[in-house]
Amino acid sequence: MGSPNQILILFAHPALEKSRVNRRLIQAVQGLDAVMVRDLYEEYPDFNIRVKVEQDLLLAHDIIVFHHPFYWYSCPAILKEWQDLVLEYGFAYGHEGIALRGKKFLSAITTGGGETAYCRQGSNVYTIRELLVPFEQTARLCGMDYLPPFVVFGTHKLREQSEIAKHVEDYQTVITALRDDRIHWDQLPQFKVLNSNLDRAIRKAEVSHHA
Amino acid sequence: MHSGDFFFQAFIYLMAAVLSVPIAQRLGLGSVLGYLIAGVIIGPFGLRLVGQEGEDVMHFAEFGVVMMLFLVGLELQPSLLWRLRLPILGLGGLQVLVTAAVFAVIGIGLRVSWQMSLAVGLILAMSSTAIVLQTLNEKGLTKTEAGQASFSVLLFQDIAVIPILALMPLLAIKDGAVSLVAANGVIFAAAEQTAEQGAALPAWQQALLVMGTVVGIILGGRFLTPPVFRFIATTRLREIFTATALLLVIGIALAMQQVGLSPALGTFVAGVVLAENEYRHELESDIEPFKGLLLGLFFIAVGASINFNLLIQQPLLILALVIGLAIVKFGVLFILGRFFRMDLSQSFLFAFALAQGGEFAFVLFSFATQNRVLTPTVAGPLVAAVALSMMLTPLLMTMNDRFVQPHFAVSEDEREADEIDDNENPVIIAGFGRFGQIVGRLLLANGCQITVLDHSPTQIDLLRRFEWKVFYGDASRIDLLHAAGAAQAKLLVVAIDDREKILDIVNLTRKHFPHLKVLARAIDRRHAYELIRRGVEVVQRETFSSALDMGVEALKLLGVRSYKANRAARTFKSHDEEAMYEIAVTEADDSAILARSRQLAHDLEQLLQSDNRDLIGEDDRAWDISELRKDA
Repeated sequence: MGSPNQILILFAHPALEKSRVNRRLIQAVQGLDAVMVRDLYEEYPDFNIRVKVEQDLLLAHDIIVFHHPFYWYSCPAILKEWQDLVLEYGFAYGHEGIALRGKKFLSAITTGGGETAYCRQGSNVYTIRELLVPFEQTARLCGMDYLPPFVVFGTHKLREQSEIAKHVEDYQTVITALRDDRIHWDQLPQFKVLNSNLDRAIRKAEVSHHA
Repeated sequence: MHSGDFFFQAFIYLMAAVLSVPIAQRLGLGSVLGYLIAGVIIGPFGLRLVGQEGEDVMHFAEFGVVMMLFLVGLELQPSLLWRLRLPILGLGGLQVLVTAAVFAVIGIGLRVSWQMSLAVGLILAMSSTAIVLQTLNEKGLTKTEAGQASFSVLLFQDIAVIPILALMPLLAIKDGAVSLVAANGVIFAAAEQTAEQGAALPAWQQALLVMGTVVGIILGGRFLTPPVFRFIATTRLREIFTATALLLVIGIALAMQQVGLSPALGTFVAGVVLAENEYRHELESDIEPFKGLLLGLFFIAVGASINFNLLIQQPLLILALVIGLAIVKFGVLFILGRFFRMDLSQSFLFAFALAQGGEFAFVLFSFATQNRVLTPTVAGPLVAAVALSMMLTPLLMTMNDRFVQPHFAVSEDEREADEIDDNENPVIIAGFGRFGQIVGRLLLANGCQITVLDHSPTQIDLLRRFEWKVFYGDASRIDLLHAAGAAQAKLLVVAIDDREKILDIVNLTRKHFPHLKVLARAIDRRHAYELIRRGVEVVQRETFSSALDMGVEALKLLGVRSYKANRAARTFKSHDEEAMYEIAVTEADDSAILARSRQLAHDLEQLLQSDNRDLIGEDDRAWDISELRKDA
C-alpha cells in the first residue's frame, strides 16, 4: 500500500449546534489520519475567506469533499462564497488553471426529503444526481474526477439513534476507503449514489499487511 | 507601656507568626497549629518574650473571633439559616446536653459534687468556633455536610454560652447566698466584666434593652447601611470604606457588650442581616485581612497562655484529661452524626472537627471560679487540658485526612459531585462602563449569567434597579476577585479603562487563577502588546472595531460599494491583528522606550504601505473580468 490519499473535507452547516445527523457524521471522520475537516462557518464567521490559505490547502490534498446539508438544491451560502473566491481563474480553471487537475471530488450531503421525493413523480421532480449537476460540472471544469455523491436521504424522518448510526458508520467507511485507496474505481460509474451498495464499491480492509 | 515596648511586642508577635505559620503550612498542619506553636514558643514557658501581658493580648485578640463571626454571618443568607434551624436546635442542642451529661456522670462517678460536675460538663461541651471554622475553611470543607453540621453546632454553642453563664451562680456550692436577682442579671452577661452592668438593671428592663439592640441592628443593617455605604463609596477612598466597615463591626460589638450580650453573637447577626447587601463582597474583602491577623493573634495568645508549670507538675493528670475530653466529645459527636443520618466519612469528619474544648471555656472557667462553683485547683488543670485539646485539633484533622478519609474515597467523590455551587456565575466582568456593558448585554441576552464588578456607585444603583447582579469594588484586588467567585468562574472580562490596573488584574489572575480565561480591553496598540505578552487569551483594542466600522462608512460615502468596503475592512483587520501578534512576540525583550516608539513608527509606515497594496485588487481577483477576457 502506498502513502494514503490526503482528504480535505470542506464542511458547511450554519447551525451545527442544532444538527442531529451532520454533527454525528462529522464527528465520525474528525481526527482520522490524513483527513482534515474544515468547518467553514467556524473558520469564517464573517464570510471573509482567506483565498490564499484555502488554495494552499487544496494543493496539499488529493481528495476534496464538500460536506453540507442540501439547501435549496445547492449548498449553504458560505460554501458558494468559497467556490466563488477560491476556485479562481488561473488557479482552478482557464489556460493556466491546472492546480486541481487529477484530484477527486466528492459531495457528501444530507437531504430532508426522502429518496422517493427525488424523481419525476416526486415533489422535487429531478433526481439528486441531476440537481447536483452544478457541482459535477464544477469538478469537471477544474479537471477533477467527480465521484458519485454520498447522500443521507430523509433526515427529518430519522428518529432512532440506530437509524442515524448506520449512516455514520457508512460515512466513516467511505472516507477511510477513499483514503486507503480501497475503492473499485472502475465500478463507480454504475452507482447513482455512492452509499447505495458499499459492499460492491469498496474492497474490504486488509487485516494484515504482510503474509 | 511606652512605644518602644509596644513595637517590640508587635515585632515579636509578627515575627513568630511569619516564621511559624508558613512552616506549619508547608508541613500540612494548617495555619492554626502554626499560630498555636508560635504562641508556645514565645510564651512564658518558651522564650519568655511575651509573658505577663499574655492576658491583655488575649482580651484584645478575642476581637478576631468577633470579626470571624461577622464574616460567617455575611456568608449566610437568612434563607440558609432558616434551612439550618433543625440541625442548629436538634444537633447543636443534643450535642451540648449529651456531652455535658456524660462529663457530669463521669464527675459524679469520681465523687465530685454534682454541681461541680455539671458545671465542668457544660463548659467542656463547648468547642472552638475559631479553630474549627478556620480549619474547615482552609481545607475547603465548609460546604460539606459535616461542615454545615459543625457550623450549626458551633452556632448553638455560642448562643448556649448565655444561659450557661446564667446557670453558673446557681451551681455555687460554698456561698449559697447568691440571690435570684443576681442570677437573673447575669442571664444576659456573656463576658464577666459586663456582669455588673447587667446586674444593675431589673431583668425585664434588661430584656427590653437586649431586644431593642438586636432589633436596632437588624433594622439598621437593612435600611440604614445601604445609603451610608453608597455615600461612603462615592468618596472613592478605599481606606474610608475599610474604616466604615471596621466602625460597623466595632460599634456593634460595643453595643452588644453594653447590653451584656456576646459581641460575637451580635456581629454574627449583623453579618446575616448584611448578607443580602450589595456591598457584601467589598465588606468581606475589607474585613478579611483584619480577621486573619487578629484570629492569628488570638491563637498565639492561646498558645502562650498554656500553663506548662501545671503540665510539668501533673503531666499524667493533664494527659488523661486531654485524652478523656477528646474521646468523650468524639464519641458523642460521632454517634450524633450517625443518628442524624450522616454517612460514615462525614460523621468522622464532624467528630474529629469538634472534639476539642473551646475558647468560651476560658471565659466560663474564670467566671465559674469567680462564682466559687469551681476551685482553682480544679479549674487550672482543666484550662490547660482545653488549651492542649485545641492544639490537638489541627493534628486530628490532618490525621483524618491522611488515614481515615482515604477509606471513603468513593463516597467522597459522590459528595463532590452534588456540591456544585450554582451561586456563582461562569463569567466575571470587571468594569461595567461603556465597554463592559456591551459585552455584558450580549452575554445576558444569550442566557449567560454574569457577575459584574464596578466601582462606580451610580452605575451600580442603576443596574440594580434592573435587577442585575452587580457588586461594588475595585477589581484589581485579588481578594475581591476571589469573593466574586474567580475560583469557579470560566472567563474574566477585564473591561475597565485604567491601563495599569488592567495589567495588574491580568498579572494577578495569571498568578492566582491560572484556569481563568482572560479577555482584556487594550487601551491602544502598545497596551495590546503588553497584554499579548502576558498570554491573555483575547485582546481587544477598545476603539479598534468601532473605528473600523466608521472607516467602512467613510469608504461608502466616498462611493465604494458596501460589500467591497466591508471586505476591505475585514482584510485590514486580519492583517493588522497578525502584525500585532507578531510584533508583540518578537519585541518581547525590547524595553527601551525610544527604540519601541521608533519601532512603532516604522510599523505604522509598513502597515500603511502594505494596506495600500492589499486593499486594492489582490483579494478581488475572483471578480476581475479583464483576465477572463484576455483568455477568451
